[in-house]
Amino acid sequence: MTHALGFFRSTIGKKVVMAVTGLILFGFVLGHMIGNLQVYLGPEALNAYALWLRELLHGGGLWIARSVLLASVVLHIWSATSLTLESRAARPIAYRKWEPQASTYASRTMRWSGVILLAFVIYHLMHFTFGNAHPDFVEGDVYHNFVAGFRVLPVALFYIVANVLLGLHLRHGVWSMLRTLGLAHPRYMRFAQGGAALFAAVVVLGNVSFPIAVLAGIVP
Amino acid sequence: MNLTLQVWRQKNAQSPGRFVTYQAADISPDMSFLEMLDVLNERLIQKGEDPIAFDHDCREGICGACGVVIDGTAHGPRRRTTTCQLHMRSFRDGDEVTLEPWRARAFPVIKDLIVDRSAFDRIIAAGGFVSAPIGSAPDGNAIPVRKENADLAFDAATCIGCGACVAACPNASASLFVAAKITHLGMLPQGQPERMERALSMVAQMDAEGFGSCTNHGECEAVCPKGIPVAFIARMNADFIKASLTKGRRVAQAGEATAG
Repeated sequence: MTHALGFFRSTIGKKVVMAVTGLILFGFVLGHMIGNLQVYLGPEALNAYALWLRELLHGGGLWIARSVLLASVVLHIWSATSLTLESRAARPIAYRKWEPQASTYASRTMRWSGVILLAFVIYHLMHFTFGNAHPDFVEGDVYHNFVAGFRVLPVALFYIVANVLLGLHLRHGVWSMLRTLGLAHPRYMRFAQGGAALFAAVVVLGNVSFPIAVLAGIVP
Repeated sequence: MNLTLQVWRQKNAQSPGRFVTYQAADISPDMSFLEMLDVLNERLIQKGEDPIAFDHDCREGICGACGVVIDGTAHGPRRRTTTCQLHMRSFRDGDEVTLEPWRARAFPVIKDLIVDRSAFDRIIAAGGFVSAPIGSAPDGNAIPVRKENADLAFDAATCIGCGACVAACPNASASLFVAAKITHLGMLPQGQPERMERALSMVAQMDAEGFGSCTNHGECEAVCPKGIPVAFIARMNADFIKASLTKGRRVAQAGEATAG
């Protein structure tokens, strides 16, 4: 037991927690986006999909997924916070001048994009799941909530900005996870980095299409 | 050529530091960066001022003693080059150049641009060695080593322990240094018996020294005068994860499970 605790106290152990929970969250954002694409099939398809999710495993499926996601989010934030505080403490005096040589905008803004995404996720749940931040929430009518929610321009813009940040977070996070887990042969690294960019682009384009489609009247 | 230098001056680890502006006049473009500082220091001594303290030893780019953050880049603007091998032709007449020490809690400033890198020595002492029996040199081909592994081990072994990786890392992480040492020994047959314990001990010491963690920025590889690839960090992570997962088995094999 002491050695398991030692692992989770080490910097690499915390990074492994970040990588594994990140992997679960990648799977979720991809599945969430693909599921929501059914909005383009019309109200019946989307509402039937929502009902199917609710009734999966006699209603247990949703709660299993929610439990795993909540645990992943909590652990992801715990490892990120802990590692960030340690790294801040590791350089008490900042450089007057520091020129980035290899890092990317995405890698340097991981902490900011992460914090903003947390705020977005809380708002998103209040908006479409609890409905208390929604102007006209109808329990069970997902299609109606979707369209009515995105007709509010500032809300739609916030969703677009948050998803661009999600894309940056995924752009660095997806391949970074592989290296953290020790899976980073130089021969395959460019595929991993290309794959991360593609994965991020697919998720962002899918998600951003929803508010744009509603505002453009493609989804009435 | 004439340059304006903004140099970090700090009396010792306890006192706060500050930037002081110096004029480096009549500098030859053929001087190395450290020779430029030598000339400036001679002039400071003649004026009765305290010369700028900086670390150096071989001045041929192989010892790892020198290292200054020059204009925001560890070891200055030339890639794959230590500070001593950087020449003034890399700068333009009239440039204003900022000189700072490696900045990390684990590398306390001794004076001006000199930092204490004993933390690296303690990480090596924790496991950066092989407990080989002492004797005459073994026959060259007595232990076969794959060419690819020998090359990788050599690539890792070129690390001179200068600490530029820590200086350049936004997290002040020593991951590239530790990864180079773990890869160097882990790719060779002589390093296998202690490979798992080495990963656990060296990473534990790295954390205990107060270095930050790796977030895969890649800044370390960019400034490394020996071009140690950041991919070695994945090898360190793999060894550490495997060692953590198999620790119980090794303890049991050693018979310590019943004893403890």
